[in-house]
Amino acid sequence: MKYVTEYRDATLVKGVIEEIHRSVTRSWTIMEICGGQTHAIVRHGINQLLPPEIELVHGPGCPVCVTPLELIDKALAIASHPDVIFCSYGDMLRVPGSGRDLFSVKAQGGDVRVVYSPLDAVKLAKANPDKQVVFFAIGFETTAPPNVMSVVQAKNLGLTNYSILVSHVRVPPAVSAVLSGPSNRVQAFLLAGHVCAVMGYHEYPPLIEQFRAPMVVTGFEPLDIVQGILETVRLLEAGKAEVFNAYQRAVTFDGNKPAQKMINTVFEGCDRKWRGIGVIPMSGWQLRAEFDAFDAEKRFQVETITADESPLCIAGQILQGLKKPHECSAFGSKCTPEHPLGATMVSSEGACAAYFRYGRVTT
Amino acid sequence: MCLAVPGKIVEIKESDGLQMAKVDFGGIFREACLDYVPEAKVGDYCVIHVGFAISLLSESEAMETLDLLKQISNIDEELGPEVGQDAILPPQW
Repeated sequence: MKYVTEYRDATLVKGVIEEIHRSVTRSWTIMEICGGQTHAIVRHGINQLLPPEIELVHGPGCPVCVTPLELIDKALAIASHPDVIFCSYGDMLRVPGSGRDLFSVKAQGGDVRVVYSPLDAVKLAKANPDKQVVFFAIGFETTAPPNVMSVVQAKNLGLTNYSILVSHVRVPPAVSAVLSGPSNRVQAFLLAGHVCAVMGYHEYPPLIEQFRAPMVVTGFEPLDIVQGILETVRLLEAGKAEVFNAYQRAVTFDGNKPAQKMINTVFEGCDRKWRGIGVIPMSGWQLRAEFDAFDAEKRFQVETITADESPLCIAGQILQGLKKPHECSAFGSKCTPEHPLGATMVSSEGACAAYFRYGRVTT
Repeated sequence: MCLAVPGKIVEIKESDGLQMAKVDFGGIFREACLDYVPEAKVGDYCVIHVGFAISLLSESEAMETLDLLKQISNIDEELGPEVGQDAILPPQW
């Protein structure tokens, strides 16, 4: 058991897809929340193997894509400080702010570094006591445990030159926002397996009860995804509004308790603005007051920066599942991964980037 | 950055007060923090995300799911028990 190759077995995947064909009798619209799943679906052509009755729409689960423009502008302002080492996950570097991106700050002499883990940023802070090290703490529930651990670790090591720029969002409020939308077409969700590995899936039954939409915890390999779709179709066809865990090897109902405890120690709930969508109440996390000293927004006094988005980009509608990337007039012409207008084209997890890269457009 | 990848713990050591592991992703080795899965041992497989183990993988659950999917696919009847050779894409890690 390697937990990878077993779940890429083409014969098994085909068998499960055939079962989906046998199970479906009506049209269903299913949203996969996670950008990683969007990429796996498009890359492996899973969307083209499904029966025509099933439409997959791509949700707002790409943290790079939903990080609001003003947070990028704040990052750019901080990264431009001469005594700052600005650390980020690689995906954020090309995301355009109002005027430029982190790469151009780096090109102009800013010390911008890509790190694999936030602990790498803490190491940099320890090794560079004369510099301010700032980590761009973006993400959903999956990056929250690593990001808060970096703060705790910096505190434990007595580092006063480490801070994080927080842009944390959560999945359940986004699911609720999609289902509450006046134009919503989504009837069921594939829930992101790694989010549920951290948080469990106990937050979803109340949403399922409220909106009567089944949800299936789904992994990332091709076999995981087709299994998630099969279980979703079965629930939809049976008229059952329930949660099903199709990623049992990694996910339990309660999730990772030590990680949740650490998140709650460092973070508290807050309203967050989502790029292309707007403010969703209590949809994110911020540092608790006792960790103010680690808050880069306060340390560098960038709290007042605001920004407006490009009117050409329809990323907001794409992130809510209302439109597909190829329905945008700028797709592939004015907006490409080299010259992106919006974050969904920048991020390797973004729906527009997936459609552009793999060229699989189903109309 | 958004992907979580399964890897095998090959070594555990303490570093700056954290439990750190050397993790094997099919021949590529990376460091990962084990503080959120304190029960993890050398030889265990974990889901690793941005340098942190966030979940311990259960082999029994994994086998159960695969058996179920094999039944759905009727694969044993069609091809016999030998599976796993015809992957959609070669493993990246």
